[in-house]
Amino acid sequence: MPAVSKGDGMRGLAVFISDIRNCKSKEAEIKRINKELANIRSKFKGDKALDGYSKKKYVCKLLFIFLLGHDIDFGHMEAVNLLSSNKYTEKQIGYLFISVLVNSNSDLIRLINNAIKNDLSSRNPVSMNLALHCIANVGSKEMAEAFAAEIPRILVAGNTVDSVKQSAALCLLRLNRTSPDLIPMGEWTARVVHLLNDQHLGVVTAAVSLITTLAQKSPDDFKTSISLAVARLSRIVTSAAIDLQDYTYYFVAAPWLSVKLLRLLQCYPPPEDAGLRSRLTECLVTILNKAQEPPKSKKVQHSNAKNAVLFEAIALIIHHDSEPTLLVRACNQLGQFLQHRETNLRYLALESMCTLASSEFSHEAVKTHIETVINALKTERDVSVRQRAVDLLYSMCDRSNAKQIVAEMLSYLENADYSIREEIVLKVAIQAEKYAVDYTWYVDTILNLIRVAGDYVSEEVWYRVIQIVINRDDVQGYAAKTVFETLQAPACHENLVKVGGYILGEFGNLIAGDSRSSPLVQFNLLHSKFHLCSVPTRALLLSAYIKFINLFPEVKPTIQEVLRSDSQLRNADVELQQRAVEYLRLSCIASTDILATVLEEMPPFPERESSILAKLKKKKGSSAKLPDIDETRRQVNGSTEHSANNGTANTSPPLLLEDLLPTSRPRPYSSSPILLSASTMGSAHSFTADMLNLTSTPAAAAAAAVGGGGGGLLVDVFSENSTSPSVDVSEDHLERFVCKNNGILYENQLLQIGLKSEYRQNLGRMYLFYGNKTSIQFLSFTSSVTNNTSQSQLIVQAKPVDPMIEGGAQVQQTLNIECVSEFTDAPELTIIFRYGGNPQHIAVKLPVMLNKFFQPTEMTSQDYFQRWKQLGAPQQEVQKIFKAKYPMDSDATKAKIIGFGVALLDGVDPNPANFVGAGVVHTKTSQVGCLLRLEPNTQAQMYRLTLRTSREPVSHTLLELLCEQF
Amino acid sequence: MRFMLLFSRQGKLRLQKWYTATAERDKKKMVRDLMQIVLARKPKMCSFLEWRDLKIVYKRYASLYFCCAVEEQDNELITLEVIHRFVELLDKYFGSVCELDIIFNFEKAYFILDEFLMGGEIQDTSKKSVLKAIEQSDLLRIYFNKADA
Repeated sequence: MPAVSKGDGMRGLAVFISDIRNCKSKEAEIKRINKELANIRSKFKGDKALDGYSKKKYVCKLLFIFLLGHDIDFGHMEAVNLLSSNKYTEKQIGYLFISVLVNSNSDLIRLINNAIKNDLSSRNPVSMNLALHCIANVGSKEMAEAFAAEIPRILVAGNTVDSVKQSAALCLLRLNRTSPDLIPMGEWTARVVHLLNDQHLGVVTAAVSLITTLAQKSPDDFKTSISLAVARLSRIVTSAAIDLQDYTYYFVAAPWLSVKLLRLLQCYPPPEDAGLRSRLTECLVTILNKAQEPPKSKKVQHSNAKNAVLFEAIALIIHHDSEPTLLVRACNQLGQFLQHRETNLRYLALESMCTLASSEFSHEAVKTHIETVINALKTERDVSVRQRAVDLLYSMCDRSNAKQIVAEMLSYLENADYSIREEIVLKVAIQAEKYAVDYTWYVDTILNLIRVAGDYVSEEVWYRVIQIVINRDDVQGYAAKTVFETLQAPACHENLVKVGGYILGEFGNLIAGDSRSSPLVQFNLLHSKFHLCSVPTRALLLSAYIKFINLFPEVKPTIQEVLRSDSQLRNADVELQQRAVEYLRLSCIASTDILATVLEEMPPFPERESSILAKLKKKKGSSAKLPDIDETRRQVNGSTEHSANNGTANTSPPLLLEDLLPTSRPRPYSSSPILLSASTMGSAHSFTADMLNLTSTPAAAAAAAVGGGGGGLLVDVFSENSTSPSVDVSEDHLERFVCKNNGILYENQLLQIGLKSEYRQNLGRMYLFYGNKTSIQFLSFTSSVTNNTSQSQLIVQAKPVDPMIEGGAQVQQTLNIECVSEFTDAPELTIIFRYGGNPQHIAVKLPVMLNKFFQPTEMTSQDYFQRWKQLGAPQQEVQKIFKAKYPMDSDATKAKIIGFGVALLDGVDPNPANFVGAGVVHTKTSQVGCLLRLEPNTQAQMYRLTLRTSREPVSHTLLELLCEQF
Repeated sequence: MRFMLLFSRQGKLRLQKWYTATAERDKKKMVRDLMQIVLARKPKMCSFLEWRDLKIVYKRYASLYFCCAVEEQDNELITLEVIHRFVELLDKYFGSVCELDIIFNFEKAYFILDEFLMGGEIQDTSKKSVLKAIEQSDLLRIYFNKADA
C-alpha cells in the first residue's frame, strides 16, 4: 500500500521539500524559505480566489516551514477556511495546521469552534473524528468550555460508532486533564463505566484510560469499575492469546489493555468483596506464572509486552501491600531480572524492587539480593542503571546491612559520575546517621565522605555532623581526635577544615592532654589551613580561635598575636575584620569568668528532622520519595525495625523542612560588639540569647551585670562622695552626670541622695541612696518618679522604699529603666517625707539621658570615614561652636568623651589634637549609629563639635548634652 | 504521555507531538536538551532514563530515534511497544518506511500518529483498526481527487 504513489501527492510541496533538503547552508535554507513565504503570501493576498487544492498545498507548506523551526505569522485564516471544505483531505490538512499552530487568537478560536461544531453534528464519523482530534490536540480552555457538555453525550449515545466513541473518550480525557473543573459529572459517568464491558476492545482500551483519570479525581464515583475491570482482566489473562485476534501482540493477549486495567485497579485498595479479591489474586498469580513459562517468541516485542504486564501487576501487588506470598513471589521474579541480559529489564527490576523494599512483607526478601545489587553498582556500564542500583541500596538499607551498604556506596563514590555524586553523598550521610549504632562509625563515615567527595558535600551535611557531635557527648572526644588526625593530611578539603575548626573549638580540650595534640599543636594545625580557606571558613576559624582562648588560657598570647596582625585587624573583608577586632577586644577586656560564659560550649541542638533528609527531598522529588513511603508505611505497620529507628535523631516529625542551621551569616553593623562576639560561630546557630542573657530577660540581665547590688554599693557611693569635694546641689547637677554614672545627686541640710547607675544596651538600672543627715527619723518617706516623656520613649519603674529612715541611716531604692525610643527630657524624682512634723518636698531631675544608652564602637580610620560619608546628608549632621567652660585639658576631654559613652578612636583624625568618637545608641525600637568629632582651638579657647547620626533629633539631643561638658 | 519526538541521528527533528500545552520556546529547549542526551547514549545502554520529572523511553530504528516522555507512574516497557507499534504502522502504510517517507509525507505521519494516539493515550492498539481509519481517509481522498478531475 505505497501511499506515496496514490496520486494525491502535492507536487509543489514535494519540490519545495527537496529544495530545502538540497540547501547547502542554513543561509541558503532561510533564503529559500523566505522566497516561498513571499510567494505564499502573495497568493493568499492575490485577487484570484484560490481553489481548495492550492489552499491546502500552501497551508501544508507553511506547516512544513513551521515544523522546521521557523515562525509563521499568517495562513491561519486560510487553514480555518479549509475546515469547512467538503473535501476530506482539505479539511484534514486544515485541522492539522490548527492542531499544530493554533494560538489563543480569540477571533480564530470562535471560527474554529464553529467548524468543529458543524463537524461534530454532521453524523459523519470521519468528520466527527477529525473534530474530536482537533479538540484533543488543542485542548484549550475555550474549547473545553464550548464542548464539555457535548462530548460526553457523543460518548454514551447508543448510535455512536466505535471509532467515534474511542475518540470521544480520549478527547474527554484530555479536556479533563487541562480543565478538570469544566467537565460536568453526571448520569453519563455510570454509562462510561459500562464501556468496560464493550464488545470492541479498542473502545474498552480508550475507555479505561478515561475512567482511570476520572477515578483518580473522584474515586467514589467510579467504584463500580473495580469489579468490571477485574472481570475483564480475568478474561484476558485466561484467554488463549489468539482469541483476541488483532489485539494480540506478539503472542501476548491485549498487553495495553491489561496494563491499563492494572493501572485502574491501582486507584483503589484491594477489593473488599472476598470473591472479587480472590479472582483478582488469581489473575495476578496467573501473570506471575506466565513469567516462568518459556517464551512463545524470541522477539523482544514478545518479552517486552509480557513483562510490561508483569511489572504493572507487580506494581499493583506493591500498591495493595497485603498479600505476603504475592509480594515475595514478585520479589523473586525481580531477583531473576536483576541478572537478565537485557539492560532494560535489569533497570526496571532495580526500580521496581526499590518500592518493594518498603513493604514489611518483602523487605527481607529484597535484602537477599544485596550482593547482586552491589555488583550492579560496580559493573553496570550505564549510569542510569547504576543510579537505580544506588536507589535500591538506599531503600534496602537497615540496621543489619548499613555498614556494608555505606561502605560500598562510599567506595562507589570515588569513581561515581559527577551527575549523581551529590545525591549519593546525601544518601550516605542519611544512612550513616539513621543506622548508626556506634557514633564513632558515623563520624568516620562523614569524614570519609568529605575526604572522598568534599566538593559534593553540601552545607547541610557538615552542619549535621556538628549537630550530632554536639548533641552526643559520648562521641565528642572521638570526634575531636579523629578530625585532628584527619587534618594532618597536607591537603584537606575546606569542608573538613570547617568541621575540624568547629569541633576542635568546642571539644579540643578533650584531646589536649596528649602532648601530640596539645593546645598549641591544635591551634597551629588549624592555623596552617587558614590562609588557603575562603572567607566564611576563615570567619569560622577565627571563632574557633576565640573559643581556644577560653579553653586554653596558655595559647591566649599566641592567638592574640594572630588576631592583632594586620592581615586580620585590617582585613579587607568586613566580616573577618570585625571578628578579629571584637575577639581581640573580648580576649583583652573580659575576665576569665565572662569569657567562660560567653564562649561556653554550644548547647544541644533541638532534635528535628535531619536537614540532609530535607535537602534530599528537595533535590530529588522522585527517588527520595521512596524512603519516605518506606518511613510512613513501616510506621503504619508498626514494625519493630522502625520503632527501633525512632531513637535516632532523624525520625522526628517529618514536616519540619527548614534546615536546622540558618545559613544567613551576615549580621547588621549596628549590633553591639559584645553581642557580636557572642555569636561566635557566626553561621552556626543563634545562641546569643543564651550566651549573655541579654536579649531574653533584660531586667535580670542588667541585675546580673551589676553584680552584688545591695549594701556594698553604698560604701562605694560614699567613698566616692568623700573624693568629690563638690557638694553643690544647684539645678545644673544634671550636667555633671552626662559623662558619669555615679556621684551625689542632691544634698541639703537634711538629706543626701547618692546615685549609682549601670547601663547596657537600651536598659539601665539606677540605685538611689537616701541618707538621713540628721539624728531624727524621716517619716512617711516616699519617693516616686514622674516621667515627663511618654511611655513610648522611656520607661522608669521605681521599687517602693521603706517609709521610715532612721537618723543617720541610709535607704536604697532601685529603678529599672528602659529606653524605648529616643527622648530628650529627663524624668523627675519627687521625694516627700516628714521631718519633725514638717512636711518636706524635694524634686530632682534624674540624670537619665539619651547618651546613657550608648555602646562604644571601635573602628578603623577607613571605616570611620566611610561611615562618616554615608551619614553625609545635611540633616544628619549637627555642629556647634562654643566657648570652653573648663580648662582645655586633653586628658579630661578624653575622659569626658569616653564617659559620654562612645569609643574614643585614636589615630583616626589626621590632626592629633582633634577627638573622634563612635558609638551606637540603643533603644528598644532602633539603634542609631553616631560619629562625633571635637576640634579644640586652644588659642581662641573654643571648640567645634560635629555630630553625625542617622536621625536628626538624636543628633540634636546628643549635641546639646555634650557641648555643655567642655 | 507528555510528548513524542522523532529525530535523526544528525539531530534533525522529523516529527514532534505534544500532549500538554507547552510554549514554543520551552519546546525548542526541551527538544534540544533531550536530543543531546539521547544522541550521546551508547547502543547497549538501556532505553529508559530519568529526565527532569519525566521518564524518557526511546528506541532507535535505523537512522531515526523515537523518543517518548511519560510520567513517573507510566509503564516503560509498554511505552517501548507503543513506539514499536507506531513504527509498524508507518511501515505498513508506506511499505518499508524510511526517513525520507516521513520527511516528504510528514502530514501523513501525523495522521497515522493521531489515529494511534490521542491525548497521549492509546486510541486503538489494533493495527487493522488504525490502518482502516487511515485507508478510509485515503479512499475518500482518491474519491475526491477523481471528482475534482
